Amino acid sequence: MNKVFDKTKGLTDVKTHYCPGCTHGIIHRIIGEILEEKNLLGQTIGVTPVGCAGFAERYFNCDMVGAAHGRASAVATGVKRSLSDKVVFTYQGDGDLASIGTAEAIHSAARGELITVIFVNNAIYGMTGGQMAPTTLPEQKTSTSPHGRSIEKAGFPLDMPKILSQIEGAAYIASGSVDSPKSIIQAKKYIEKAFDTQLAGKGFSFVSLLSTCPTNWGLSPRDAINWLQENMIPYYTLGELKTWK
Amino acid sequence: MGKKQLMKGNEAIAEAAVQAGCKTYFGYPITPASEVIEYLSWRLSEAGGEFVQAESEVAAINMVQGSAACGVRTMTGTSSPGMSLKQEGISYIAANELPCVLINVQRGGPGLGGLGPAQGDYFQAVKGGGHGDYRTIVLAPSTVQEAADLVMEAFDLADLYCNPVMVLTDGILGQMMEVVQFKSGTQRELPVKDWAVKGSAEHADGQRRIVTSYYLDSEKFEKFVKHLGEKYAQIQKAEQRWEEYLTDDAEYLIVGFGTCGRIAKSTVQMARKEGIKLGVIRPISLWPFPVEAFAKDVKGYLTVELSLGQMIEDVKLAVGDTTPVEFYGRQGGMVPTPEELLEQVKEKFDLK
Amino acid sequence: METRMLFAGFGGQGLLFMGKVLAYTGMLLDKQVSWIPSYGPEMRGGTANCSVVISDEEIASPIVNRPDILVAMNQPSLDKFGQAVRSDGVIIVNSSIVKDVPVFSQCKVLQVSANDLAHDLGSVKIANMVILGTLLKETDIVKIEDVHSALAEIIPAGRQQILEMNKKAIQTGFELSV
Repeated sequence: MNKVFDKTKGLTDVKTHYCPGCTHGIIHRIIGEILEEKNLLGQTIGVTPVGCAGFAERYFNCDMVGAAHGRASAVATGVKRSLSDKVVFTYQGDGDLASIGTAEAIHSAARGELITVIFVNNAIYGMTGGQMAPTTLPEQKTSTSPHGRSIEKAGFPLDMPKILSQIEGAAYIASGSVDSPKSIIQAKKYIEKAFDTQLAGKGFSFVSLLSTCPTNWGLSPRDAINWLQENMIPYYTLGELKTWK
Repeated sequence: MGKKQLMKGNEAIAEAAVQAGCKTYFGYPITPASEVIEYLSWRLSEAGGEFVQAESEVAAINMVQGSAACGVRTMTGTSSPGMSLKQEGISYIAANELPCVLINVQRGGPGLGGLGPAQGDYFQAVKGGGHGDYRTIVLAPSTVQEAADLVMEAFDLADLYCNPVMVLTDGILGQMMEVVQFKSGTQRELPVKDWAVKGSAEHADGQRRIVTSYYLDSEKFEKFVKHLGEKYAQIQKAEQRWEEYLTDDAEYLIVGFGTCGRIAKSTVQMARKEGIKLGVIRPISLWPFPVEAFAKDVKGYLTVELSLGQMIEDVKLAVGDTTPVEFYGRQGGMVPTPEELLEQVKEKFDLK
Repeated sequence: METRMLFAGFGGQGLLFMGKVLAYTGMLLDKQVSWIPSYGPEMRGGTANCSVVISDEEIASPIVNRPDILVAMNQPSLDKFGQAVRSDGVIIVNSSIVKDVPVFSQCKVLQVSANDLAHDLGSVKIANMVILGTLLKETDIVKIEDVHSALAEIIPAGRQQILEMNKKAIQTGFELSV
């Protein structure tokens, strides 16, 4: 019998701890597939964040370093400057990258660090129990914005890909989603191009992916996908915001 | 031994790092430590290394963590306020058991403080600074030559124990020029860094490497912390360093590290002319504290610090309650004169 | 023997350089030397000073609070540090700038119109070297030839003219009768 599908070798066999319906697993898989397809697993070092993906070093089947909250881009800088011939990526959530680690992300881009940053935006702090994130939408209810995010008090969400696309040192900035088979295929293309950017020595590469958090949004996985499509997709800038030929 | 050179302490520290095989430096400018980053900005690339002026002290120490995880010799340097910012990263580096060298050219605190020399970061350096159960090896030089030697030693100790090692100096030592000769590299046998990440294809066993410090299993985590404890106990046993100056017949001892230790020697020279049998213990390793140096039969100790009194707590722990331990300190960038210390010795021990 | 010196004046008067030349000379003679500048914001246009110790033995405290030799390039420096000079010490005053020289009973005071002499040599910038010349003559810390050797190493090759000007200024100060 022909084997038509096999799990990627880019991921380990360890069961993930992610909640049912969480889209982290999808993003992990497409990264793992790309690393396998490009034959990069043996020469890649991944950097994990603090947050829901704080155990991702167990899942990605390559050398991994754990960073402090928000510091993944800085740790990745240290890795890349030490092993310039290796492929280095970070995997960061919205609290990690867009709040406590904004400076590290922006300056890694400014320096044109040859790293690939995967940014997972689910508009909430997941690991700590659903608090307001820098990416939480206006009026969105969270455990620290129980009446909905107040623009007057808490300001507006940060659109990280849009911000980073303004930076000269950033060579590739893309913003996608993983809410449908179509968007997942698109997301994989973005991530592939991001790694190609690094391999070609073009500069900083970054892919933002809109993601769900059914548990902390208080929705079923299906409803969470709907909520993402109805609320997040209209709000955030999508597409390849900066690229190269 | 290299040729004699007249160098600032900060420059000697930077050059010593290069001579010790430091491959990466990540830093942020701050007075009075800026010569370290300035020197390495050109020297490290000349020596085949990598230099990054980071966007913050926080980023710098985390870059150090990334670099250390790759198994290369790496360093960052700063002055007091900057070292406060680095504490998070130091805790992670200690938890990941990564070797690195940290330089703190102390200035006055708390807060933005002053730019003059100070020793008020003793507690932060020696007792932890960051969160959790960890220790940093801390070495305190008193001359430019010793600063260079201890930086080279720091890289060895870091590799030997897979632990951060801090070289704690002050503004005077950083800015001062003295003659320095760089010694040739380590003679020590150091462990192979087979834990380092470099891409799993590079590992002989084909197994991937993970450098992290996240435990959700309390039993496993306790086992790990106990392992750290055993390592720290081993360091305490093996790495106590200090200098003694005219202690053989001394009745009274001044205890001072770094610049204070040098000033104390001048005081001893003056005291001896007056027939006062004074000597000096100059702790070189501040952690582990050189407890062994204090097994002395003397009438009293005077601890001298450029702070309100921090090391004195460790001196008292080492001495016990058998002998009086007195304190004299200056703050805010002020430095005591040898005459001033002699007055204090006479006053505290009723020698007038 | 140990000589403790303090060079004090305005920023830009070449005090740190003067001290460095002496420290470097000491190193070439295999002596122990230390050189400490004032640093930080006080460098920016305000007062500047540096402490230099040259010794045959290990230098205990490198901080000079009781100098054997004080070079006062401006009035505030003389006012601030004059009394601290040890008995049998020497104060060298830049009398082109310092107009009020009180009596110091404990030590010798030499007045050198360094700026005027330097101006005549072509640049007030070398007033420091004129003073250094006088210092070398009045003390026996190091020989003038040794200082020339040090200067030749400190001043980058290719700036021969600057080296010669400095040497000439030192010679002028050295030959002065004060």
